[in-house]
Amino acid sequence: MAQTFFSKDHEWIVVDGTTATVGITDYAQAQLGDIVFAEVPPAGTALEKGKEAAVVESVKAASDVYAPVTGTVTEANAALEADPALVNTSPEQDGWFFKLTLADPSELDGLMDDAAYKAFVGSL
Amino acid sequence: MTDAPAQTDGVEDDDFIDEGPAALPLDAWHEAKGARMVPFAGYRMPIQYDGIMPEHHWVREHAGLFDVSHMGQLLLSGDGLDAAIEALVPADVKGLTIGRMRYSLLLNETGGILDDLMLSRWRDGLYMVVNGAVKYDDLAHLREYLPDEITINHLDDRALLALQGPEAAVALARIVTGEYGLDALSFMTGGRYEIAGVEAWISRSGYTGEDGFEISIPAVAAEKVADALCAQPEVKPIGLGARDSLRLEADLPLYGHDLDEETTPIAANLGFALSKRRREEGGFPGHERLMIEREQGAVLKRVGLVVEGRQPVREGAPVLDGEGNAVGRVTSGGFSPTLQKPIAMAYVPTASAVPGTAITLEQRGKLFTGIVTPMPFVPHRYHRKGA
Repeated sequence: MAQTFFSKDHEWIVVDGTTATVGITDYAQAQLGDIVFAEVPPAGTALEKGKEAAVVESVKAASDVYAPVTGTVTEANAALEADPALVNTSPEQDGWFFKLTLADPSELDGLMDDAAYKAFVGSL
Repeated sequence: MTDAPAQTDGVEDDDFIDEGPAALPLDAWHEAKGARMVPFAGYRMPIQYDGIMPEHHWVREHAGLFDVSHMGQLLLSGDGLDAAIEALVPADVKGLTIGRMRYSLLLNETGGILDDLMLSRWRDGLYMVVNGAVKYDDLAHLREYLPDEITINHLDDRALLALQGPEAAVALARIVTGEYGLDALSFMTGGRYEIAGVEAWISRSGYTGEDGFEISIPAVAAEKVADALCAQPEVKPIGLGARDSLRLEADLPLYGHDLDEETTPIAANLGFALSKRRREEGGFPGHERLMIEREQGAVLKRVGLVVEGRQPVREGAPVLDGEGNAVGRVTSGGFSPTLQKPIAMAYVPTASAVPGTAITLEQRGKLFTGIVTPMPFVPHRYHRKGA
């Protein structure tokens, strides 16, 4: 059964076994404002936990999206190229960034669950 | 738009209290309207309310209210005023008749730009609006170089609002009274009016490329006037974020980003600010160098670029030549909400400053192509006299 985790950098990760889908949270998209461009890593990219994985650009600024865990990208969301605003309209569904294979599932222990993330955002 | 708030070194000094950015007259008003506040030019200012994109479109289609009270408002007066100001700026100040307004530049000895500003002739002197981030430097410069006969009055008890957009005139006309109707004002003229019973200096000018007005009022009455304006169905408050994307589309440079002390009016493509009489007569800082540059061209020139693809190229990205050497730089860059593509202002070698030329840019190790494009990117819709 799939489980959802959240990072302090406002990425979400839905994990099913050793595969996972990553995106940014509704809180993050609201902070960024209208997304006009998203650059996602192509399949095969090796990502390291906490390092830059993707870039999102709003009208005003560029922001990095970090890899919440270490792993290898299996699929990038091609829909974001034509419609980057999906990140605003559906951040936790259609606006996903990439899927990856987990290198070390124990890294998930350092992430937050839904309740902990809600409390974290409430404290900001 | 990345100006840090004014800060003092000396964190280890126990007596030092960092008070952070200062509050402007409409500080609480912005918060009540749901603004996200950020430090800018030493003040807390609204970056956005509903979001940059919808605010940008609202101004292009209706009318937006901007709080620009961080800007410096000065009133200069005294014997020999025009000649004294002409010694510091390249504008024809003597030819500026009552109610007229002119864009000008405060220049240093080598023709570099200390600030860009607006000059208006009031009955009681010259009214000057300067950039917020450098207003205290400007005041120091004026105090040093203007003769003792000239009085410099910093109108820091006044707020400054801008109402911009194709519906600005109809909205403002509903609540304004004056000796002359608002329709007596054409682009770059101003006069005395009352808004909701508050005395106001209103000019037909702005920083978006749209028709609109800039409104100087007593700071104590700022909330009353802002409420009266926002009560009009055409008007919504607009933040600094949209102000930046609007002015970029309109070819309006931002001091500290597109203009600085190392940049001359010729390089900045602001040659129009050197009036004909002043070019011939001289008598302003940097005249000799600027006349040579005007004939021969500056090394670099400010141009507009439409960037290929969807990704914006931001301020600071280098312009590369064929061998990969940095030969210029992007000074403003973002996504144009009107054109729905990335645009930028950049300084490029003058030989490349020709529309249609492909310019190579680099950002985060990636190469981009920008096509030199005539500015403004979005046509101006000023209310010109006789139009």
